[in-house]
Amino acid sequence: MFESLSHLVLQQYWWVIISLLGAILVFLLFVQGGQTLIYTLGKTDMERRLIVNSLGRKWEFTFSTLVTFGGAFFASFPLFYATSFGGAYWVWMLILFAFIIQAVSYEFRSKPNNFLGAKTYEVFLFINGVLGTILLGIAVATFFTGSEFSINEMNFSKWEGAARGLELALNPHNLSLGLAIFFLARVLAILYFMNNIDDENIFSRSKKQLIYNAIPFLVFFLVFVIWLMFVDGFAYDPVSKKVSCESYKYLHNFLQMPMVLIIFLLGVVLVLLGIGKSIFTICTKGIWVAGVGTIMTVLALFLLAGFNNTAFYPSTFDLQSSLTIENASSSKYTLKVMAYVSLMVPFVIAYIWYTWRLMNNKKIDADEMGEDIHVY
Amino acid sequence: MIEHLDLALVNWSRAQFALTALYHWLFVPLTLGITFIIAFMETLYVKTGDPEWKKTTKFWMTLFGINFAIGVSTGIILEFEFGTNWSNYSWFVGDIFGAPLAIEGIMAFFMESTFIAIMFFGWNKVSKKFHLLSTWLVAIGSNLSALWILIANGWMQSPVGMHFNPDTARNEMIDFWEVFLSPIGINKFLHTITSSYVLASVFVIGVSAWFLLKGREQLLAKRSIIIAAIFGLVSSMFLIYTGDGSAYQVAQKQPMKLAAMEGLYEGSEGAGLILLGMPTPGKEINDGKDDYVFKFEIPKLLSFLGYRNADAFVPGVKDIVEGGFEYEDKNGEIQIAISALEKIEKGKLAINALSDYKKAKELEDLVKQEESLIIFRENFKYFGYGFLNDPESIIPNVPITFYSFHIMVALGFWFILLFALVLFFIFKDKLIGKRWFLRLAIITVPLAFIASLSGWIVAEVGRQPWTIQDLLPTVASVSQIDASAVQITFWLFTLVFTALLIAELKIMFKQIKIGPKEGGH
Ligand code: HEM
Repeated sequence: MFESLSHLVLQQYWWVIISLLGAILVFLLFVQGGQTLIYTLGKTDMERRLIVNSLGRKWEFTFSTLVTFGGAFFASFPLFYATSFGGAYWVWMLILFAFIIQAVSYEFRSKPNNFLGAKTYEVFLFINGVLGTILLGIAVATFFTGSEFSINEMNFSKWEGAARGLELALNPHNLSLGLAIFFLARVLAILYFMNNIDDENIFSRSKKQLIYNAIPFLVFFLVFVIWLMFVDGFAYDPVSKKVSCESYKYLHNFLQMPMVLIIFLLGVVLVLLGIGKSIFTICTKGIWVAGVGTIMTVLALFLLAGFNNTAFYPSTFDLQSSLTIENASSSKYTLKVMAYVSLMVPFVIAYIWYTWRLMNNKKIDADEMGEDIHVY
Repeated sequence: MIEHLDLALVNWSRAQFALTALYHWLFVPLTLGITFIIAFMETLYVKTGDPEWKKTTKFWMTLFGINFAIGVSTGIILEFEFGTNWSNYSWFVGDIFGAPLAIEGIMAFFMESTFIAIMFFGWNKVSKKFHLLSTWLVAIGSNLSALWILIANGWMQSPVGMHFNPDTARNEMIDFWEVFLSPIGINKFLHTITSSYVLASVFVIGVSAWFLLKGREQLLAKRSIIIAAIFGLVSSMFLIYTGDGSAYQVAQKQPMKLAAMEGLYEGSEGAGLILLGMPTPGKEINDGKDDYVFKFEIPKLLSFLGYRNADAFVPGVKDIVEGGFEYEDKNGEIQIAISALEKIEKGKLAINALSDYKKAKELEDLVKQEESLIIFRENFKYFGYGFLNDPESIIPNVPITFYSFHIMVALGFWFILLFALVLFFIFKDKLIGKRWFLRLAIITVPLAFIASLSGWIVAEVGRQPWTIQDLLPTVASVSQIDASAVQITFWLFTLVFTALLIAELKIMFKQIKIGPKEGGH
């Protein structure tokens, strides 16, 4: 079924898959957002326990998605994998450390004799929540702001940035997307708790916190998007493959790809709707509305970065070193093999969906914490 | 191609990879094996409805959960470390190597994490049968993930199913099935999972033995011991079978590794297998010293294992460096081996031809392009040697490889004896009285971990200096970072992983002491 597709179509197909994985990852960062709210929303031990257990049943999805995102990027666009991970060394290492300390924390936190103490594991969760979201946001923002690296004639990459990626955190536009993702993750976490935890105190605190987090999210997000519409973007010529700067490139991309614009706008509306309904009505399904909205919005942003002859990983050091979905991808054969593999994705989503429903059809409550099941 | 080789950088990057991979491997084999043991137990629970089986299942599940968390935690870095620290490698073979990693994620990680949630939290939310199914899927999922990563590892040891594309300057996949079904990859997978089943069985027996010594939880302990001993014994048979298969593969594809495993400097016909021995410390290839301080060997066995012919010639380290011996190539034709020096020269020819090709392409000089390509193709087989200068740099660390190999094999035979004795004593109903034996079973637990780690040391130290056999040495694979940056992350990993390991051990011991809770978890 993929046999007759051209290399370019396969590259586009894989960019869509990567974008989708990235979008789902951002949605699932609600786990990270929630980890920064344990003490804000939980004032007693039992309340905190409910929050931790509610998140504890989902954290592995986020984790697995991040790992799969890395693997899929490696398989489909290996030059990006080599350039970005090897180049922005410190950014990725910090992200990885933040996830390393997360993975043990749920399991170890409430176990007796846990060496570092429950508080330490809570701090680990908090660090993961802050660094994981902000740094991933910064990494995504570099798709639009660019990084300093060069690629030689053997396609070996060299990072030219001063601080091995840390310099990226000083760019205000990167930072604004990073903070937008951070607050978005907290908003989504709050919506998730409203949906998943049966506890009045947590619910009423959540409602209040929702406003406090939705506002900064909107501010940072708008700052980033408005800047994006006016900035010069990185275009490449489809024939000569030469990269150049084009004014209003991303605005043009929206206008030239109306589908992407529609997905984006619809996504933003859904996020706002999910938040609004949860603030002003007693609706507890906001997480689904805002979740779908998040996925659509992020998907559109990724497509904006990689489609329509745009360099998705621009080099500000040497324009011609910029990575595009054409020059950074795997061979046609590999993309084709992997396209067959991608047919498993709907199946995976289906069983995740099915089991999620099975596990979440009853809210988590204090009684359940006393049952003979695995409790964190 | 590589402007300057920074040895400190390469060494720190290797040290970091070794550290993170070994830490990760401390936890993985237990997960691979114990999930099946748990699945057997739960199956018995569902079949018999006996609540004691449920209690038993849940007890081992608790220990599994603790181990699993730290396994996940130490694992994430490995998915990204190829990029962060081996970026040249990632480009050079990413077209092939990335695929199994991605498939692992899509196929295995989600399966594991989805059904683990049901396994731990779903007892009261789903039917007994669905819960059981989830437990089995966790076991299958974790083993599937091993499949893909070992295919990837096997491919590095013996690259197949690809060709080099001079335009993109990388290797590209041309036959997925050849990569997937490569005998070395499949063998590795089978050896690794069976060795993990053995390790998990030893673990379960050791912990149960402790209960028996303390006079606690007799029923749980005995039942667990029976399951683990049977599982362990059956797995051991496959373990030896696959270990032998691995040795055969190594002899064919990585003769230098085989020589190092056996400490064999001077090759010979009808070479023996060392049962017990000590390679001469500080031995160099032409120093005229004996290969061993002492040795006990089984005559001709190495030739037989490596080449299925008791009189076959097994080349030693010196032979491989100097060349000149006869061997049979892939097509069954007799060839004379060339020396490492010649290989280095050919490798340099290939590298220069590639860069000539690139220049000619820039100048659109078609004739020169064609000429360069011909030289390149003729010499590509030795491409990786072109990055080396000293013929002796193709020799891995012989003592480390030798001792790891012999420790692994010797322990393997001890585990078989252990399983057999356990079953024998159980059968005679004498196990509880044999306190010395129960103690021995406890002491064996760390030995299983040592055997497993040694296996990886053989496989990875033994293949140095290659990341991709003959095509890319570690010096040319590394990301161009300051050695000091890698040094910092190395120490950070040491610190964090050690702290987490201590936490894990303390929690694990405590949970064992607490023992199974009635219903609780
Ligand atoms: C009893 C006889 C055994 C033999 C003949 C044997 C043979 C081998 C060989 C030749 C290798 C290297 C494969 C390569 O480099 O490609 C290897 C690797 C390995 N062995 Fe063993 N082994 C035995 C027992 C064990 C035991 C008892 C364990 C652990 C409990 C174990 C665990 C491993 C592991 C984890 C590896 C690395 C993965 C791999 O390369 O397959 N082995 N073994």
